[in-house]
Amino acid sequence: MNLQNIWFIMKREFNGYFATPVAYVFLVIFLLLTGFSTFFVGNFFERGEADLYPFFSMHPWLYILLIPAISMRLWSEERKSGSIELLMTLPISVFDAVLGKFLAAWAFTGLALMLNFPLWITVNYLGSPDNGVIFAGFLGSLLMAGGFLAIGSCISAVTKNQVIAFVLSLIASLVFVLSGYGIVLDFFSSWAPSALIDAISSFSFLTHFDAISKGVIDMRDMLYFASVIMVWLFANAIVINVRKAD
Amino acid sequence: MCDLQKRWGAENALNNMTLRIEIKDLAKHFGAIKAVDGVSFSVNKGEVLGFLGPNGAGKSTTMKMITGFLTPTRGTVSVCGYDVLTNPIAVKASLGYLPEGAPAYADMTPHSFLKFIADIRGLSGADKMRAVDSAAERAQIKNVMFQPIETLSKGYKRRVGLAQAILHNPPVLILDEPTDGLDPNQKHEVRNLINDMAEDKAIIISTHILEEVHALCTRNVVIANGKVRFNGTPHELEAMSRYHNAVCVAVDNVDIDKFSAFLNALDFVSEVELLAAERGVRVYPTNGQQITAELSQAIRANGWNIDSLYAEHGRLDEVFRSITINSTQGGI
Repeated sequence: MNLQNIWFIMKREFNGYFATPVAYVFLVIFLLLTGFSTFFVGNFFERGEADLYPFFSMHPWLYILLIPAISMRLWSEERKSGSIELLMTLPISVFDAVLGKFLAAWAFTGLALMLNFPLWITVNYLGSPDNGVIFAGFLGSLLMAGGFLAIGSCISAVTKNQVIAFVLSLIASLVFVLSGYGIVLDFFSSWAPSALIDAISSFSFLTHFDAISKGVIDMRDMLYFASVIMVWLFANAIVINVRKAD
Repeated sequence: MCDLQKRWGAENALNNMTLRIEIKDLAKHFGAIKAVDGVSFSVNKGEVLGFLGPNGAGKSTTMKMITGFLTPTRGTVSVCGYDVLTNPIAVKASLGYLPEGAPAYADMTPHSFLKFIADIRGLSGADKMRAVDSAAERAQIKNVMFQPIETLSKGYKRRVGLAQAILHNPPVLILDEPTDGLDPNQKHEVRNLINDMAEDKAIIISTHILEEVHALCTRNVVIANGKVRFNGTPHELEAMSRYHNAVCVAVDNVDIDKFSAFLNALDFVSEVELLAAERGVRVYPTNGQQITAELSQAIRANGWNIDSLYAEHGRLDEVFRSITINSTQGGI
């Protein structure tokens, strides 16, 4: 691993988001959707509580839709334009490239998340929330976004077509979220052994995100997201090695 | 340690090394298709190797294996003493590569693109700016440095790719069709650029433009159907033509049948061919020898007036065709 190279790849990729209006469009849509879901779906005001739980609890569902839009271009565009041949013949390792691109997408997501700061100001103005819980929420949301991005990055390496990458990532993300959702678990609970149900729900982003978003920073949840990210990024590097020239 | 290999300074150690690229029994199979099938050759410092062959012959596939983009099915590639399988980063650091079609990041400007390449190549500070500036100067893209690459013409895109390849002054250059899409003036400039760099580098260029064989190359490798069909100098390549050293001769006021009968009788002539529109005859020598002097002497001795007489060097397109088409029936 060469940190300098990872940094150069990340810098280029991050600037690439802003080379076209896509980044700004994305940021605006992201802010509109988080705002909408917080106030109308999460009933921010009606709850009468000084916290950002309505904001964070919607994030898994928003990310299913929005993160694939960030990750879809990471590798499929390189493969389509042929620039992957240039990138992979520069003196860098495949994993450095994978990591650099992933970090760029993650930083961009982090930026989008940070732009929700007026919400934080609002809740602090209206009441006196536990800012530790809010910080945990941001951290958890960012970690979860990293998980979605790693899935999306790996899938974008499979295809040259960004639309296919988007749809497949969306489905994969959905699977990872829904496996912890009540309705889905009820479907299994009638016949499957409880060990299997626990296993399925423990794979879900929801299960691990819920605790963090309530302010409980459990090492196991952090480790879960960290390992999801690493596993998918390793898979990503393998996919690139196998399919880069197709 | 990788960083060190990236620096320009590393080239000094390589300057004494003449053998820069060595390829042994290289093969790449895609399923049942043998794209490259047992190719071996080497390139020394100072050589410009012209890699010729019809489309789909395996030129680009071979280049992709040399640069470490594709993993060979079998065989070895070593660049500056580094094996591409065991030490790919060192190989990639010591070469500059212009891939087929000169891909680049379309939304970047040549300026930011070259700066990115310089970063990855381990250049920084004043070295980096000097390298970017000099590469842009040599590839003649200085006037488009701040326009997005996607808005550039095909010729400029190609030269941005070329600038990227020569940026770090690598000891080995692999250029896949460097003059494709350029106009005649630009082709001339790019050839001059390659010739200028030839002395202290080992260069492989692929092309199907036969005039480049003479304009650029010190040696040629012709491949077809994944196998090497020819490896030698441009002169040797020409000598394979049946027109090599053939002499076209026209003579005043003569019965053409009588004249050709006379030529056929000469012992250094293997065949006489009548040219169209009664413009004379083409005389083929026996064993490809030079016969201009003897021929003109014999004709004059017989009292004929020579109208015109010239020797042919050989026709590359004809040689190219015969090498690459015969090969489908089992090689030459």
